[in-house]
Amino acid sequence: MTETLSALGAELKNRYGFSDIHEQRKDVAFVFAEPGNVPDALAWLRDHRGYLHLSFITCVDRIEEDELELVYMLRSHEARHDLAVKCRLERKNPVMQTMHGHWAAVATYERELRENFGIQFPGCPRVEENFVLEGWDNLPPMRRDFDTRKYSEETYYPRPGRSTSDPADHMKKTQYPGRADL
Amino acid sequence: MTYMPDREKYPARTGGAESFDLESGRFMKVWQGPQHPGVTGNMSLELITSGDEIVDLKTHVGYLHRGFEKLMEQRKWIQNFPLVCRICVPEPDFNEYLYAAAVEELSGLDVPIRAQWMRTLNLEMARLTSFLMWLGGQAGTFGQGTIGQWTVTMRDFMLDRFEELSGGRIYHMYITPGGVRGDYPDPGWVGRLLGTIGDVEKVLDDIELVLFHNAVFKKRARGLGVITPDMVDHFGITGPNARCAGIRRDLRKDRPYLVYGQLDFDIITGEDLGVESDAFGRTVLRVAEMRQSISLIRQIIDAMPSGEVHNRPPNVLHWKIPPGETYLAAECTRGEYGYYIVSDGSDKPRRVYVRGPSYTHAVALLEHMAPGTNIADTAGLMVSLHTYPPEIER
Repeated sequence: MTETLSALGAELKNRYGFSDIHEQRKDVAFVFAEPGNVPDALAWLRDHRGYLHLSFITCVDRIEEDELELVYMLRSHEARHDLAVKCRLERKNPVMQTMHGHWAAVATYERELRENFGIQFPGCPRVEENFVLEGWDNLPPMRRDFDTRKYSEETYYPRPGRSTSDPADHMKKTQYPGRADL
Repeated sequence: MTYMPDREKYPARTGGAESFDLESGRFMKVWQGPQHPGVTGNMSLELITSGDEIVDLKTHVGYLHRGFEKLMEQRKWIQNFPLVCRICVPEPDFNEYLYAAAVEELSGLDVPIRAQWMRTLNLEMARLTSFLMWLGGQAGTFGQGTIGQWTVTMRDFMLDRFEELSGGRIYHMYITPGGVRGDYPDPGWVGRLLGTIGDVEKVLDDIELVLFHNAVFKKRARGLGVITPDMVDHFGITGPNARCAGIRRDLRKDRPYLVYGQLDFDIITGEDLGVESDAFGRTVLRVAEMRQSISLIRQIIDAMPSGEVHNRPPNVLHWKIPPGETYLAAECTRGEYGYYIVSDGSDKPRRVYVRGPSYTHAVALLEHMAPGTNIADTAGLMVSLHTYPPEIER
């Protein structure tokens, strides 16, 4: 890890109580924070440390721990470095402070995250509008416990004559017949 | 040139949303798309117009939603490989490269040197092909349909070369984890590729003459969709849209991946070409980048090393990738294309997030830029941002 990144990690720890930085590659690092500290920390990183560009905001469903992990990916063009700031929300009633004033595209990301993961962003403009889905009344579809197959079977009519096969079994039969070791 | 929509005569924004009294007779709602020749892909624009001037625009996506990210969580690592290219029709190769490279990074799989050169060649061919499709679209939005016929013809010749190389015209599925699927198909292929890019170059000469000196195109595209440098970071603008505003950024140069560090090229900005940061300037810049792509293809062919093109991954039916996460980004024709992949150690990805440049360009940026534009220029404005809806709704 470079001295600059170590110093940045130490400063984020002191100022906003961030975890240690995990360096994935020399140009990409990940760091954890408490959700309440994220908006201030992102503004500080943008205004004082050159992380001007927001690449994306996304979410990972950590269903085993009953949490949702939000990921804010920032880029410093000057340092040629990407920094992902992550935080975790309770899965039951996830609410995150909106950051639509920080970057223009944030409102779109937050609208999508509300639809796909059920995260609420109070105060975000147009957040209640549909992003991709219309009239959706089921679990947020990107959550791990949303069963796409069950939903399809309940929603759409089955077509007679169709069959499905497990890809692994199919490959064994057609490509590697007689190979018991696979 | 600064762009400032005159909003004084329209309702004030309250809570980020505007309410237009459609009953007043002053405003009319017009839907452009999802089935409209002036809209790239299946996307619709909800326009509020006053006379022939747009006063508000909302982008609606979802017509092409195929749930790629959700599908990928339910398929094995290798099963996702033929899936990812389908996210972006005109430029599938960046998806293949980024997915393969991220999987290789997480699994520690090496890629042979020649495969890296072949991948770079493939990506530059894809760039040229995608730009050809875009150029015809951009000219078409200003009534220059003939140029679209020329560029689509040239794109088809490029697709012939792709077909010979990979077996596929649109979806190549060529860049696989571990390298590429095959070497040059036959000894004559390189000659045919050089012939095709030479032909493309000649057509570009014609297009420059026909398009850049066309009075209608100059009149309509100049001053349309101006992007100022201070908008770039706020709106997350990348690629030619940012470079035309004078921002010298290109991931191929700033953070060289594959073999871009060994190739001779410079970042082209609007300032270098002496154009403004509008629809006209962006067309000039993209044509310059097409010529740059042609030069890169020639350089790659000249410097192509010998060797293997594929390292075999472990048995792909039982391939488990160690827990971890990574983000990889590359410079596609439209800007920053990225893959964020999380593995939990199983034989399927835990999460795959696809970052496409259109996500910001076609929603937040387009919605900001449209007010004040003539309704007839909506398509020209949208195409000048080079947007593809599938990468918004993945």
